[in-house]
Amino acid sequence: MIYTNELKKVIVTSNISISANVYLLSFKREFKFKPGQWIAVGLNATDNPRLYSIASGVDNDEVNVLYDIKPDGAITPNLAALKSGDAIYISKPDGSFYCNNGKGWWIAAGTGIAPFRSMLESGMAKNKKLLHGGRYLSSFYFEKEFADVLGENYIRCCSQEKGNAVFEGRVTDYLKDLKQLPSDENYYLCGSSEMVVETRDILVDKGVPFGNIIAEIYF
Amino acid sequence: MSKELLFGKNPDEIKQIVKELGMPSFTANQIVDWMYKKDITEIAQMSNISSKNRNLLSAKYDFGVELPVKSEESIDGTKKYLYPAGVNRFIEAAYIPDENRSTLCVSSQVGCKMGCLFCMTGKQGFQQHLSAGEIVNQIRSLPERDRLTNIVYMGMGEPFDNPDELMKSLDILTSDWGFGMSPRRITVSSIGIIPAMKMFLDNNQCHLAISMHSPFDEERRKLMPIQHVYSIKDVIDIIKTYNWQGQRRVSFEYIMFKGLNDTDLHAKEMIKLLNGLICRVNLIKFHPIPGTPLEGSDHDTMVKFRDSLSAKGVFSTIRQSRGEDIFAACGLLSTKELIKKGFENQDSEILNY
Repeated sequence: MIYTNELKKVIVTSNISISANVYLLSFKREFKFKPGQWIAVGLNATDNPRLYSIASGVDNDEVNVLYDIKPDGAITPNLAALKSGDAIYISKPDGSFYCNNGKGWWIAAGTGIAPFRSMLESGMAKNKKLLHGGRYLSSFYFEKEFADVLGENYIRCCSQEKGNAVFEGRVTDYLKDLKQLPSDENYYLCGSSEMVVETRDILVDKGVPFGNIIAEIYF
Repeated sequence: MSKELLFGKNPDEIKQIVKELGMPSFTANQIVDWMYKKDITEIAQMSNISSKNRNLLSAKYDFGVELPVKSEESIDGTKKYLYPAGVNRFIEAAYIPDENRSTLCVSSQVGCKMGCLFCMTGKQGFQQHLSAGEIVNQIRSLPERDRLTNIVYMGMGEPFDNPDELMKSLDILTSDWGFGMSPRRITVSSIGIIPAMKMFLDNNQCHLAISMHSPFDEERRKLMPIQHVYSIKDVIDIIKTYNWQGQRRVSFEYIMFKGLNDTDLHAKEMIKLLNGLICRVNLIKFHPIPGTPLEGSDHDTMVKFRDSLSAKGVFSTIRQSRGEDIFAACGLLSTKELIKKGFENQDSEILNY
């Protein structure tokens, strides 16, 4: 029904659980893309595929897709059962959640970190500050990679647990606590609509022009 | 635990239920008739079905029609109805009477995931998809149902983000076994989720309305995050592959923001984008929402913009604003406070990050 004439078969090289109910699926890269783009992923050639941000660098040999299992989801419970050697069906990359090389903020919640990991692995982390929100200390996927590159510009905001050097609360709480925010930098948002809308309101309230806020929503 | 609802099921589903309950097969048509052709609210009122079979049905199912729990009336006659949609969840529908027609603006989701900068519904985030029954119930339970001439899916939610229930609801509204409405009296409005839009265009004849709000990629991106996924140019390219020379219409919704999307350049770009497409553009006054960085264009600017489009053959109108005083106008529907209150009472959380 959807995209089915545009899907291409690829073979899964790995599908590993990186946290409770969260998986990183990999397959060999056979196309070019830009950081911030998505692909549609389906379990077979005829089913309705779902869109996922690419979570790996543009020059990597493999493409990564980060997903969490939605218990009632049509795809993710079955995606999680895939093993190396199984086939999936993907679309060509599309989308335009692009980031420039200027100073900017990456703000993500949960698996909304995916496009920023692609940007990180594509060498775009210079001048960037990352706020990552998660419910638990185990929700900070790719923590070490981000910490190694971004250092103190990597801020984890945990809403349900306390941890060393972790802000206690949501990303929105962190932003509300800040006295001021630069109005000449870009703010890239990726996550649930609740997070994106609330974060955007806070940024606008703190004087950030709405034109500097670039948001990607999950649907 | 609440029972499953009958209202919103199609004949095939009812046939299956009848079979599972061991009822005579003709009962299926009787049930469908009671649901969509008659004015009852309970299974017990299905008087041509034996009491034994009604009891069998009632043991597993509720009829599923819910009356609005609250209404407000605007000074211009527009009415806003609040319907329950599950525990602590609500949706709004706006009834807009006019001289020659009466339109109901229905919701397709509780909340919305799309996060458009100018929309009040988007500010409450997403809570749930509506079932086909919950969508059609807004029409079925409307006190003014007998006067209703048109239905627009322009209330809370993005219809193409809930495509299966959307299509099922359209089937109920337009089928002979259902409400038997003409698809020419129904318009589905979307921000342009391409796969579901294609499915919609391929499978029924209802009108389509697309929220454009800017013809420029970069600018639309800042107003509507969906532009990152499905660009307006791609949406229009797909629409142009369908036949619009018959009775089916496509229109483009365009909220006008002062100094942002109301310039000659915007009009020119829209003319270019819509070139070759038989369509209409509805220019809409912006109804400010709390904390918005946007301002609405003044009336003279809207008139000038409309005339620029029309002069180049893009038929345009300025849509009359209705129900602003009761927050029923375009982009103002929201049940966030009610939902929050319900969750606070349960000592629970509304947000999931």
